[in-house]
Amino acid sequence: MAVDPIEQFQIHNLFPIATIGHTDIAFTNSAAFMLAAVAVITAFLVIGTAKRALVPSRLQSAAEIAYEFVATTVRSTAGSEGMRFFPFVFTLFMFILTVNFIGLIPYTFTVTSHIIVTAALAVTVFLTVLLYGLYRHGLHFFNLFVPKGVPIYILPLIVFIEILSFISRPISHSVRLFANMLAGHITLQVFASFIILMGGAMGAIGWAGGVLPFAMIVILIALETLVAFLQAYVFAILTCIYLNDAIHPGH
Amino acid sequence: MVRAAFRAAGKSEAFEFTRVESMADGTRGKEDRNEPPDDEAALSARLQRLGERLDSASRPSENVTGPRSAADASAYARGFRMSTELVAGVVVGALIGWLLDRWLGISPWGLIVFLLLGFAAGVLNVMRAAGVVRENRLND
Repeated sequence: MAVDPIEQFQIHNLFPIATIGHTDIAFTNSAAFMLAAVAVITAFLVIGTAKRALVPSRLQSAAEIAYEFVATTVRSTAGSEGMRFFPFVFTLFMFILTVNFIGLIPYTFTVTSHIIVTAALAVTVFLTVLLYGLYRHGLHFFNLFVPKGVPIYILPLIVFIEILSFISRPISHSVRLFANMLAGHITLQVFASFIILMGGAMGAIGWAGGVLPFAMIVILIALETLVAFLQAYVFAILTCIYLNDAIHPGH
Repeated sequence: MVRAAFRAAGKSEAFEFTRVESMADGTRGKEDRNEPPDDEAALSARLQRLGERLDSASRPSENVTGPRSAADASAYARGFRMSTELVAGVVVGALIGWLLDRWLGISPWGLIVFLLLGFAAGVLNVMRAAGVVRENRLND
């Protein structure tokens, strides 16, 4: 009785939506969980801010804390001017956070464990930085690749390295989130399968011994909760750092 | 005067005793009259100092707080960030080199050169993430 730790990441088509060319576009379980996350965030913020009480209720406090947290992050890394990107960063942070937390519930699907999702988010950030930088500074934006005070004879090499470093950003940005979620969920599944395997192989003694991997799962769930939050935060803060490059004017 | 007496009060009982005695011998009335404005001045000075401290605490210090210092939320996240930064640099270099080889038919030189450049970029990424090298800003 082998338990496949990858099975939890399978995409199922729930119902077809359209056919473009020869490609079937279907509504998948991934899309369903994304919609669920959006619904949860919308409900949380709308209900939380509905009363606008001076003395906030618990839900309103939570909504305010979420706002303050992201606003402080944006201000401290990208400056006050970075606040024009606040909606963008807040959306990214809340979406990733909610999706990660929903994925922690047993029998759910973790959207961010698919690299295509995180890559789409990271490329969106990358293109935003590139296009806004070009729009704001024109070709001066490319001075980002030309550090000052470098001797002219190694400058071409440095420029190449800087460009490669810039291009590698969306990759590290997306792989970090994806790999964390994937690895965490696989680890949980593997430890969970130990319990079943031991019980199946050794009967009552095996089930009693299953307490050990079960204790491990409890610990791992705590760690995964931390990772779920931390990766959303890291994604948001790196977005701010990258946006900072696009915003801050080249005098 | 009030502040001096207040500060002294914590020091010793004996000092406190002499102070109370000196207050009892006639100067007390004058002190009482001086007390309210003095107290208010001290209060307003304290309020002002508190306001300044609140300001400096809530104001984002854009040039003091680098972006990196806030990023290292925990050692685990930090370590993971470093490794992905290095791998990303190498992967991008290898990818570009491989594509150049295919387009220009210069195999294997594109891969060799860009893999090395990618490695350098990865190391640069890691050093930036670790805060060893300053972030390359436009306004520097």
